[in-house]
Amino acid sequence: MSVPSAWYLVLAAILFGMGATGLLVRRNVLVMFMCIELMLNAVNLTFVTFARLLNDIGGQVDVLFVLVVAAAEVVVGLAIIVALFRRRAAATADDIHILKG
Amino acid sequence: MNAAYLIVALPFAGALVLLFAGRRILDPVSGWFATAMAAGSFVCTVIVWSTLLGRPSTSRSVDKTIFTWMPVGSLHVSFGLQLDPLSILWSLFVTGVGSLITLYSIGYMRGDPSFSRFFFYLNAFIFSMLILVLADNFLFSFLGWEGVGFCSYGLVGFWFERNSAAVAAKKAFVTNRVGDFGFMIALFLMFQHFGSFNYSVVLAPLASGHATLANSTATFISIMLVLGAVAKSAQIPLYMWLPDAMEGPTPVSALIHAATMVTAGVYLVARAAPILHFSPDAQWIVASIGAGTCFLAATIACVQDDIKRVLAYSTVSQIGYMFLAEGSGDYQAGIYHTVMHAFFKALLFLSAGSIIHALHDEQNMKRMGNLRKYLPITFPAFMVGFLALAAIPPFDGFWSKDEVLAAAWHKSPVLWAFGIATAFLTAYYMSRQVRLVFWGKSRWNSAAAAHGAAGDTGIPLSPAAAHGSAAHGSAAHGGGEPHEAPRTMTIPLVILTVASAFGWLLNANFAGLDFINKWLAPIFPATVATPFTVSTGTKWILGVIATLVAFGGLFAGMGLWRRAVDRPELEPAFLAHAWYIDEGISATVSGPLARMATRFSFVVDAGWVDGLVNGVGRSAAGAGRQLRRLQTGYVRNYALAIGVGTAAVLLYVSMRAGS
Repeated sequence: MSVPSAWYLVLAAILFGMGATGLLVRRNVLVMFMCIELMLNAVNLTFVTFARLLNDIGGQVDVLFVLVVAAAEVVVGLAIIVALFRRRAAATADDIHILKG
Repeated sequence: MNAAYLIVALPFAGALVLLFAGRRILDPVSGWFATAMAAGSFVCTVIVWSTLLGRPSTSRSVDKTIFTWMPVGSLHVSFGLQLDPLSILWSLFVTGVGSLITLYSIGYMRGDPSFSRFFFYLNAFIFSMLILVLADNFLFSFLGWEGVGFCSYGLVGFWFERNSAAVAAKKAFVTNRVGDFGFMIALFLMFQHFGSFNYSVVLAPLASGHATLANSTATFISIMLVLGAVAKSAQIPLYMWLPDAMEGPTPVSALIHAATMVTAGVYLVARAAPILHFSPDAQWIVASIGAGTCFLAATIACVQDDIKRVLAYSTVSQIGYMFLAEGSGDYQAGIYHTVMHAFFKALLFLSAGSIIHALHDEQNMKRMGNLRKYLPITFPAFMVGFLALAAIPPFDGFWSKDEVLAAAWHKSPVLWAFGIATAFLTAYYMSRQVRLVFWGKSRWNSAAAAHGAAGDTGIPLSPAAAHGSAAHGSAAHGGGEPHEAPRTMTIPLVILTVASAFGWLLNANFAGLDFINKWLAPIFPATVATPFTVSTGTKWILGVIATLVAFGGLFAGMGLWRRAVDRPELEPAFLAHAWYIDEGISATVSGPLARMATRFSFVVDAGWVDGLVNGVGRSAAGAGRQLRRLQTGYVRNYALAIGVGTAAVLLYVSMRAGS
């Protein structure tokens, strides 16, 4: 007996909610970054679930795309974070608002 | 026919060389160079003219397009030369008289610090004038029209360090702008109605009778063209600039303000004759302007003291005759008078220049006198010019003025009456001038002490003295008797004297000598100028009356000015002030008009217009200031906005899907 598909979807929704909440409430850039990854992977889980459910390989292909984009995003994002920490050791995301015009 | 390109190319090249290398070319050389260019242009014109003469009279119109200037949609404006009897006749006397005057200027301008600049302007002027008459469309012609206006500005204000010259140049330019405005409106109307500016499209179908023009269109276009012509040719109501333009060097007065540029209006009206043909009203306007101007200017000329101002008003008056003839439908007579006037008025101005030169820049006739003993070449030259202008047979003016008056008589006896009254005044003021200048006691030696004092009538005289010291006030000229001018100045005088005495043979109305009439016949067929004949008997009577009147004026002038120099009873103040027209305009412009302009600038412009513009700018800035608050710089705000936005989109989509 396999696990019902609905459970996967609920788990994905919970993960996405955690990620979104964390993104909104936390100030640490690194944590916010991890929250984004969490949301992305929640979406991935949904994709895979539906691929199985509907017997459509397209969903799994999309997951690969998302992973590639996430990897690229990590490269850029971590570079920015490193640059930020070099300037100010205890930098939070809110500190960047001084960049606004 | 390719010589046609050289007609315009030579003066253009001359102007360019003098413009860029003028400072390196020494004093007389640039003058000789400019003269050579003008004379070369004249030779080329003669070549083109003789080529055209060899053709049958119906195929003497050649359009030589150089390149397309403005290909815009259906509009194609070309740089092209229209070689036809009218343009070639004009080119002949423009280049001919132009070269003589350029030659004369070599002597007159000797020693001037800006010698080369003067000749640059002269060549540029001749080039522009040739473009004006040779262009094959109205827009290209307008280019030349503006060009001569610019050269006139530069030459009137040639001695710009003199305030009066700078002011006169400005006045000439601004007055001409009014006319240019009319010309431009006419161009717009032409484009709207014909979709083209080319003579071959606009005029040719009208001239050949293949097309007609609504009376209202013809009237509107004609009136606007005439407004342009009136400004350039110094007619009522825009004549005031010409007498002031005498601030320029005398050769300029001869070339631009007597012989050539001021006849551009006459040319324009003649060129637009096929349009005028469809508007009797416009023809009446032209004739009335001519009759009014010739009389008004002649009355003013009777009391002027400045030798050049008399001639200037006389020019205004004579151009009035040309307009009168054109308005009366006899274009050939008007053009005949134009050519004759170019001869004798250039002669009179150059002689006047010679007199001024001899007297070290004295222009007040009241301080001349008895000069016939000292100027053996200028005196007979001036006398021939005087007799030609006064229309004493058999000199030039008599024949052409006779034709003008016959045409005016045919149009209306009232117009003729103005013409004949002007003929009397012309003979009167010219004999007054000759009396004051050449007869009587010599007043110039005693005048030296009073030099620079105000004129007798209170009219400010041209302060030629200011320039006198600069131009030829060298030690050699310090005093002594008046002397004849150098050869470069007398040769043109002699040639023009011959032209003024015998030029009328170009169009004598007997023995088949009417060359100009025959030459111009293809330009003015019956479909353009309705032919009319004045019976030979009437012509004889009119001619005899005109001759008697001219002699009457001559004897009146000679008799009244025999002894006394100051005769205030013959010089009423209102004439000396030119009917107070200038003063009236000044009072109007600096009074109510200036107040209105002030109100407009401070209330309407500063308040409303600027307020509107600033208001638009301020509201945009305000909106920006408010919108800026959305950009907080906090990532969580942006994330929230994205989240809320996504939720909203999803909500919307799900609701749409549900319904």
